[in-house]
Amino acid sequence: MQYAILFYETDKEFATRDHTEEGAAYWGAWRSYIDEISASGIVRGGAGLLGPETATTIRLADGRKHVQDGPFAAAKEQLAGFFLIEVPDIDAALAWAAKAPCAPIGVEVRPTLPGM
Amino acid sequence: MRPVEQAVRESFGRLVAILASRGRDLAAAEDALADAVLAALERWPADGVPDRPEAWLVAVARRRLADRFRRSKTDAALEGSLAILAELSIDEPADGAAFPDERLRLLFVCAHPAIEETIRAPLMLQTVLGLDAARIAAAFLVPASTMGQRLVRAKAKIRDAGVPFAIPEASELPERVQSVLEAIYAAFGSGWDDIAIDGPDRAGSLAEEAIWLGRVLTRLMPDEPEALGLLALMLHSEARRSARRDASGRYVPFSEQETSLWQAAMIAEAEATLRRAAAMHRPGRFQLEAAIQSAQVGARLTGSPGPDVIALLHEALWARAPRIGVAVARAVAVADATGAEAGLALLEELPGDHVAGYQPYHAARADLLARAGRAEEAFAAFSTAIALTGDGAVRDHLADRQRRLLS
Repeated sequence: MQYAILFYETDKEFATRDHTEEGAAYWGAWRSYIDEISASGIVRGGAGLLGPETATTIRLADGRKHVQDGPFAAAKEQLAGFFLIEVPDIDAALAWAAKAPCAPIGVEVRPTLPGM
Repeated sequence: MRPVEQAVRESFGRLVAILASRGRDLAAAEDALADAVLAALERWPADGVPDRPEAWLVAVARRRLADRFRRSKTDAALEGSLAILAELSIDEPADGAAFPDERLRLLFVCAHPAIEETIRAPLMLQTVLGLDAARIAAAFLVPASTMGQRLVRAKAKIRDAGVPFAIPEASELPERVQSVLEAIYAAFGSGWDDIAIDGPDRAGSLAEEAIWLGRVLTRLMPDEPEALGLLALMLHSEARRSARRDASGRYVPFSEQETSLWQAAMIAEAEATLRRAAAMHRPGRFQLEAAIQSAQVGARLTGSPGPDVIALLHEALWARAPRIGVAVARAVAVADATGAEAGLALLEELPGDHVAGYQPYHAARADLLARAGRAEEAFAAFSTAIALTGDGAVRDHLADRQRRLLS
């Protein structure tokens, strides 16, 4: 089955990315996770995302575009990246999710819509 | 239970487990099996019962699943249907051999952490025992339509999220077994739990069904002492069922129960089950709870062990399972051993927001205040407990005790 594993981080982690010293530890942890999951051969796609301050949300109402600065929902935890993986069942997907550096914050696992 | 019902109950979960194990589609498996049973009711009286009735039912049910596959044309349904098709290719057991018993996998599916906790017990009762949603709903005090929808949603989650029909890996097994045990205990109805203060006797109790599940689990996991502990706990509690009410339906607390109304054979089975668990030298929460029941029953029947031993068992349970119900029971046990004030001191330690709406806390507190001679405070505590009690007989009992404070 195919699952999206969605990584969530808080302002603190997003800010750490550009920080010289703590940034090295942050990227190091992600790098080894990304290497491991890529080497396993289950990855079908994915990307890291820039911070929520770079997000733009659009809603169509009455045929008109309402464009807004910011992510879809204002929350402490924001989507930071995702992988699309191919594994036999949810237990395998959850095992990979639990290894992510941001697992202490939260990782969401969702099956993808079949046939797309 | 009649033999036919027993046979059906025994078969239902086994066949659902087999039919759903690859496709993970419990609803489709149940529908297909129900169709097969209907077909059997039509055919068997005319053609005679086949040599291997279970194999016949599985074959017919698999044809139904195949029909379903052919009907589903949409892309979205394709993946599930492919899994169902894979189901159809499972080899039949050799002639004369029984289908393997896959119910343990089914129990692990129902109690999977991806499944919302409060629906796990209802899910087990429906998929493993074949109970209908209305009966389950009555026992859990929710409308039948609500329970039906929640069951449908849980089964869709199992299918769509890909919950595996598998025995968990060794590293996850202890935690996963605990979830299965807790779900079975929830089906039993924590209302029966009279370790602290007897709770309400729920209408439509599923105690018998939960004991059935407990027995199945001890057969499927014979080396798991906590499964035996849970079974012993449920048997002990069930053995006192008819002593909890007097002839006029009034509630009778444990200390005043007519011990001749306790079912001696069931108590003996509980004790033997607990001894088997203890021999494995791996204690756990359910064994401790069963040991407490065993000690309390022993204390009433023979005067041994004394309240100090019972208080020690509660301490051990508290160390292992620090939850609110255990804390209240422990306070009562300490009060029995060393005096009401000592028990009250333990109750005072509990955080107010945890206990505000918790009936057993207020009932225990009222009882201990009364025993300590603090009548005014006891009166107020009884009022709070009465307001929180759903069961009429228990409410009457508490009101009686409250009135006695005034005399």
